[in-house]
Amino acid sequence: MNNNLYKYILGIADNSLILGQRLGELTGHGPSLETDIACTNISLDLFGQVRSYFQYAAKIAGDQRTEDDIAMLRKEREYVNVLLVEQPNRNFAYTMARQFLFDVYHLLFLQELQKSKDLTLVAIANKSIKEVSYHLRFSTDWIKRLGDGTEESKAKMQDAIDGLWTYTDELFHQTEADKVMVQEGIGVDVTGLKEAYYEKVNAVLEEATLEIPESKWFQKGGKQGIHTEHLGYLLAELQYMQSAYPNMEW
Amino acid sequence: MTTEQNIDDILIPILEKVSDPEIPVLSIMDMGVVRKAVIENKMVKVQITPTYSGCPAMDVIGDDIKAALKTAGYDSEIELILAPAWTTDWITPRGRKALEDYGIAAPLDAEADKSVLLEGKKMVKCPQCGSTNTRLVSQFGSTACKAQFQCDDCQEPFDYFKCLK
Repeated sequence: MNNNLYKYILGIADNSLILGQRLGELTGHGPSLETDIACTNISLDLFGQVRSYFQYAAKIAGDQRTEDDIAMLRKEREYVNVLLVEQPNRNFAYTMARQFLFDVYHLLFLQELQKSKDLTLVAIANKSIKEVSYHLRFSTDWIKRLGDGTEESKAKMQDAIDGLWTYTDELFHQTEADKVMVQEGIGVDVTGLKEAYYEKVNAVLEEATLEIPESKWFQKGGKQGIHTEHLGYLLAELQYMQSAYPNMEW
Repeated sequence: MTTEQNIDDILIPILEKVSDPEIPVLSIMDMGVVRKAVIENKMVKVQITPTYSGCPAMDVIGDDIKAALKTAGYDSEIELILAPAWTTDWITPRGRKALEDYGIAAPLDAEADKSVLLEGKKMVKCPQCGSTNTRLVSQFGSTACKAQFQCDDCQEPFDYFKCLK
């Protein structure tokens, strides 16, 4: 088993899994029918992508592990998603700010992953990038609409951006597995995406008449499995069926 | 990697009878999701590709293909492939017409699509009355592959099949 490749894939897929689960929480609870459907559509895209990654990871593991085992049967410390995506849906501005801050990164990341030496990852990137372009258009639109909206919508969006800003730097951290994969021409050097990321994010915030946060202190830990308190609750729901009925199958 | 389809002539009429479970007027052949179907040692090897990664219809489509081939006397193996990624260009002219007749606006070319979704230009034709006086209601519709529009002339809301390139 290529342990570094396995870890590398989990590092990509866990972000989409946890963000997909967060968006899925809005099923039937979105602020309007259209946004409810949009959030759950994005969630569905992300879960579809996650399945492709985990199916590949299961193949690499080469034991009895299935995609479902990888998604459902790990403990909190074994999930390596960034802290950004596990942050809760405090309000719709928060949900859209989290989405936007991830989407900008996600698109830049997939553009680079298309150049990987690993053809399975290239295929997944080619497929996902079309979907993620739509996600980014949707979230960008809401940043502008709420930011350059009413006094209340602007205050809420500014609060969301300020609150989530501290989680953005972690997107560009590398794990040991990441570094090995970059060396082998398989992985994406995320450190190289940082400049383009903040350039893009700042341009949208400016257009949305929002302040760019000045905070220089950033949270980290997700990629090492050290999470905020929110992940445990999310996993309790995600893993409920497996803990209530161990080994159940569809 | 090829974008060409590889389908044995004898299998085409069988596969044309299998429809998309979410858009029953549309055959999976006209949809362009069947990339390969060849008879090898009395077994039909089929490759299908999803429109969107999370498309929940793929399992059903796979089962339906298996059943249709079985009825025609063939055993089959279905493989889901991701590359090359599906594009709306693979929907046939007959498929586009079936979509329109069903009340779903067919995908425009990528540039038109981009401007529709970004600037809200009125380019999508209402499948009910044919007016182009329509507007985007939401980028995401009843399934991952569609957006919601409304016609400002006949007032009918309708689905628009998003362009994927």
